[in-house]
Amino acid sequence: MDPTLLRSLTPGVLSILVRRGADFAAAEDAVQDALVEAVRSWPAAPPRDPKGWLVTVAWRKFLDAARSETSRRRREDVVSEEPPPGEVPSSDDTLQLYFLCAHPSLTPSSAVALTLRAVGGLTTRQIASAYLVPEATMAQRISRAKKTIASVRLDQPGDVATVLRVLYLVFNEGYSGDVDLAAEAIRLTRQLFAAFDHPEVAGLLALMLLHHARRASRTGPDGLVPLASQDRSRWDVSLITEGIVVLQAALARDRLGEFQAQAAIAALHADAQTAAETDWVQIVEWYDELAALTPSPVVLLNRAVAVGEADGPRAGLAALSSLDPALPRYAAVAAYLHERDGDFAEAARLYAEAASAATNLAERHHLTRQAARLNSRRSE
Amino acid sequence: MAKYLLLKHYRGAPAPVNDAPMAQWTPEEVSAHIKYMQDFADRLRETGEFVSEQALAQEGTWVRYDGEGRPPVTDGPFAETKDLIAGWMLIDVDSYERALELAGELSAAPGAGGKPIHEWLELRPCYGVAPTITE
Repeated sequence: MDPTLLRSLTPGVLSILVRRGADFAAAEDAVQDALVEAVRSWPAAPPRDPKGWLVTVAWRKFLDAARSETSRRRREDVVSEEPPPGEVPSSDDTLQLYFLCAHPSLTPSSAVALTLRAVGGLTTRQIASAYLVPEATMAQRISRAKKTIASVRLDQPGDVATVLRVLYLVFNEGYSGDVDLAAEAIRLTRQLFAAFDHPEVAGLLALMLLHHARRASRTGPDGLVPLASQDRSRWDVSLITEGIVVLQAALARDRLGEFQAQAAIAALHADAQTAAETDWVQIVEWYDELAALTPSPVVLLNRAVAVGEADGPRAGLAALSSLDPALPRYAAVAAYLHERDGDFAEAARLYAEAASAATNLAERHHLTRQAARLNSRRSE
Repeated sequence: MAKYLLLKHYRGAPAPVNDAPMAQWTPEEVSAHIKYMQDFADRLRETGEFVSEQALAQEGTWVRYDGEGRPPVTDGPFAETKDLIAGWMLIDVDSYERALELAGELSAAPGAGGKPIHEWLELRPCYGVAPTITE
């Protein structure tokens, strides 16, 4: 009895039921019942086609439930809609499930929770522990999300950009508890990549792989380790290679999107043997592409950092001067550029300012340490 | 999603509009106040925004490490300090605006005379996890 196999089959079975007309919550109940049945009977009599077996049993469970609950009329409708048994298609259905779980009527957090539950097959307890909320809280969030999409028909094409955003949210949530959400996001994006031919899906997968490759080196005993100080021998070369291959194939199709552009920047960082060998000129060019696609202030802020590396701190400060100082991390970037320009007093002041505005503890500790480093250097 | 702490203060904030000490309320007023907060928490459980809550006793002690081999220094209990925390609720919401909305709602719990007490609440974001994309 292989729980991994069951988990990988669940989304496909669920989406087939939903496509056949079961509403989401009823379909999920039926699939759960079928899984219980599988655990009970497979060890003695393993099926030749596990997915077909699950679909058949889950559909029967669904019909049983529908029959016991609804009127004769309704039951006959459902039975008459039943497609001929036998054939169990395709990855297409799982794809529909991605679109359903990322439906625009859901808030981002609900979409994330539902995706992890329905597409990822995680338990409510696992999702709750990853988000550090009580299980009951997560159960309510998921059940409300299901209600919200109960009336959504699965035959409408979804918006791939929304699906990608949800997967990227999962990735950025990091990890805690017994589920590594970054790894989970990569697993799901790989599935999507296999089922759906779109250069931005490839772009997102490449971006995740390239970031994930550096994960072990991003934190040390003192908290965050900046890119330039990371131990590059700890970067995962196989993930980097895979990310670059996926990215190059996507770029070759000449349909650039923001995830491909971000992945290209990450690839240039990953490519450099040492921080000093980073190709900052090309990185600035990619930031220009990215800014043309999404001129968000965060992109422009990162671009100012790259300009500072490519053309010197004065040029970086000039690029920064057109941006709103209230932006998150503006002060940190300004501090860094002033330090490189030799203005240590101003840099220390800005690092301290950035530390007090930081939104996570690791970042605040890092920035406080930078301010302290400059202050002790000045008093020497 | 971001977590926010709603801190209820015994005192320390500007005097609320409906400023009658709880001990002088009628039992019905006290019950109405408590029921309001319970209903509020229940609704947040429904929406999946509730994390936890706890009421805190008025006695608190400040403690400080005072050097190797020496007992910790305490300077309490003291009833006069301006910042005794009466309780807290931790919520997990989509936005700062939503947190603000909920804090406003909690602050409207009924007090003396069944009127909202306009209680001061402190709304503090919790630190999040480190974002992945910073370089």
